[in-house]
Amino acid sequence: MKPWPAVCPSNCSVRPLAPSPAQLAAWLQSQHTELSTFTHCNLAPSGRGAAPLIQHPASKHAYVAHHQRTEVTRVLGCHSCCRIDMFSKGTKRKFSDDGDEISDESLAGAQVSSSYSLQRQSLLDMSLIKLQLCHMLVEPNLCRSVLIANTVRQIQEEMTHDGTWQVVTETFCGGSQSPSERLVATEVLCRSREQDAEPKLFSVLSYEGCREEEVVTDETLCSVSVSDTASDVCLSESARHCWERDEFVEVDRDDEACESSRLGPGDDDDDDDNDDDEVDEEEESSRVDPKTMGQVFGTFEIKNSAPGPDSALEELFSDVDASYYDLDTMLTGIQSAPKMGPYDLLDSLAPSHGPPSIGSPSNCRSDLNELDHIMEIIVGS
Amino acid sequence: IQAHCASGCVTNDHFPCLADLFFPADIISTVEFNYSGELLATGDKGGRVVIFQREQESKNRPLSRGEYNVYSTFQSHEPEFDYLKSLEIEEKINKIRWLPQQNAAHFLLSTNDKTIKLWKISERDKRAEGYNLKDEDGRLRDPFRITTLRVPVLMPMDLMVEASPRRIFANAHTYHINSISVNSDHETYLSADDLRINLWHLEITDRSFNIVDIKPANMEELTEVITAAECHPHQCNVFVYSSSKGTIRLCDMRAAALCDRHSKFFEEPEDPSSRSFFSEIISSISDVKFSHSGRYMMTRDYLSVKVWDLNMENRPVETYQVHEYLRSKLCSLYENDCIFDKFECCWNGSDSAIMTGSYNNFFRMFDRNTRRDITLEASRENSKPRAMLKPRKVCTGGKRKKDEISVDSLDFNKKILHTAWHPKENVIAVAATNNLYIFQDKIN
Repeated sequence: MKPWPAVCPSNCSVRPLAPSPAQLAAWLQSQHTELSTFTHCNLAPSGRGAAPLIQHPASKHAYVAHHQRTEVTRVLGCHSCCRIDMFSKGTKRKFSDDGDEISDESLAGAQVSSSYSLQRQSLLDMSLIKLQLCHMLVEPNLCRSVLIANTVRQIQEEMTHDGTWQVVTETFCGGSQSPSERLVATEVLCRSREQDAEPKLFSVLSYEGCREEEVVTDETLCSVSVSDTASDVCLSESARHCWERDEFVEVDRDDEACESSRLGPGDDDDDDDNDDDEVDEEEESSRVDPKTMGQVFGTFEIKNSAPGPDSALEELFSDVDASYYDLDTMLTGIQSAPKMGPYDLLDSLAPSHGPPSIGSPSNCRSDLNELDHIMEIIVGS
Repeated sequence: IQAHCASGCVTNDHFPCLADLFFPADIISTVEFNYSGELLATGDKGGRVVIFQREQESKNRPLSRGEYNVYSTFQSHEPEFDYLKSLEIEEKINKIRWLPQQNAAHFLLSTNDKTIKLWKISERDKRAEGYNLKDEDGRLRDPFRITTLRVPVLMPMDLMVEASPRRIFANAHTYHINSISVNSDHETYLSADDLRINLWHLEITDRSFNIVDIKPANMEELTEVITAAECHPHQCNVFVYSSSKGTIRLCDMRAAALCDRHSKFFEEPEDPSSRSFFSEIISSISDVKFSHSGRYMMTRDYLSVKVWDLNMENRPVETYQVHEYLRSKLCSLYENDCIFDKFECCWNGSDSAIMTGSYNNFFRMFDRNTRRDITLEASRENSKPRAMLKPRKVCTGGKRKKDEISVDSLDFNKKILHTAWHPKENVIAVAATNNLYIFQDKIN
């Protein structure tokens, strides 16, 4: 079985090819995967063909999209560059040692709740992409942006309640980006061209990630009750820029302004706050949330106090079935890594965990270096 | 209901014609009958307005009574570029509203995202001949050669319909205009964008009054936008506007200059059992229309149409499900952006029936008295001229009957967002992407 012939952007031609949703679905199906129901529906994107995700890798306007594409191609098994060994291959969790103590009920509950969490996470990712990819030429539809932002807020509130929000923020805070790169990310948020094919691709992937769980249908996500919290979460400065375009020109080029807008309360506060944060505390949420929301919107913001890049990246991919994307696995048809079980997922979502054992830390670093390399090219530093 | 195609083709039993080719600029973006129903205006994505006129009944051609033919076509808006923001301003016509007819000419307001224009459509069937200073072909005559004076005479000519812009109301909206509505005083009208509503006088183009402003001081706190607005049909001081959170506010312009505080607030309490991440999005109101009587108003959200009594704010008096079978598909519809589609709705002349569009070129009509509803399809294959329209049904689960369509085979690219109902008769206009269908109810 050949790997999907996606061209990886890190060493490649200008326009990486995005497989059409139908092609991707067919490929996944050939892997004996259960597809989530929406891929069976005749829901074609509105009118446009599968346009390439980015116009030019050197264009910093497309950086965010570029990065997303990087993840996707890697995950799809493009082996000419980035290896995926960094995915946790059977991270041995303490949980499994205590497996005897776990009852069947909590196992079933864990499965359902973790599939819900996955769904919620994929919805969050989808929403963020929708927000980031605005039309380049025509002003984006404000109503649509507001509705998507409100959805993101809802998810964030619920995740903050669950205590899973901290994990999300940490995953986005790996690497060694410099402040100037945060600036790039902000600019991208309001300038990238919207590509209809991309969100579909991404979400197919997300659904694919829950292979070990129940195949989640739309119904699961649609009928879930959302916690009714009343906090007023503020969006970050970067999101604001999408709407206040008359102010955009000035702030965008002003490094200092952007820097100061993110220098909020000390970085160390955020981790602890999110755990214990009572969302009803207006003060706290307004202090904490803009930064965390900003971290989500500005994908490459860094926190100085972030744990080492390895664990962050490990968390980023820990909820994905690693064995699936291993190229060797696909070629030989042998599952070399143990499948992700429900306990693994639970553990990855837990706010605190011990230092995970990573199969190949060197590959993590090489991937980070490649990321830095790409960043340097784009930013031109 | 008999059907005939008004997009230029008489019948669909022919070779593919120009109308079959798909031009994105031809996507119809608004449909509106005038006050008498004699004229039907459509606006499209390319900034053009096409006006259809109903044929008069004549003994020679009894069957042609009631057919709509193209009356006038003109380019209303052109694409523009906002140099300050480096953004394109689309020429797409968002709304057309007719003014009540006061003389032989017809007037309508058409708007794109930023600019509203008042157009005068007038007929010319006479021409003056016998000028003194110029020849019949328009060349100037040498004044020294003129020896006698004559009075020009009006001679008949072929009918010519001219459209000329009489007023241009520009630079009053920072955000995208979504609604315009002519007031019952016939002197003023309102225009609404995402965050503000302005009141204009039809004669004054350089000034407008801002009557609603929901823009927060800090844009980070923005959570709600205006989605539609309309003037009351009889009370010139009353108007309503709907929001993306599913609420409607009725305002009285006599109360204050800035109507930020509503007089009435309409909101249906949410059903906690059906709450999901998409609850807010599907509650966003895409259209609001007063009934002709002025007693009721109708709102369209993603899955339903609701009729409200203006005297009761806490819940609608009637709710009609348009395509409830989509509730389980909301995630997919969110992903492909269909969940943000803005469907319109309309009343019939007597307020006894309402109509709205759906996907797969389906549109739905609800009879408020009998509580019956019907689903019809606007497509060439299924509607021959003079043929009855067949009711359609969507199969929601289980065994699919013979003529039913399953939810999964619905075409979500074929959406009917814009419909209009003749103000007096049972004639409806349905815009299906780039085709306009006109259906009539023939009872004889």
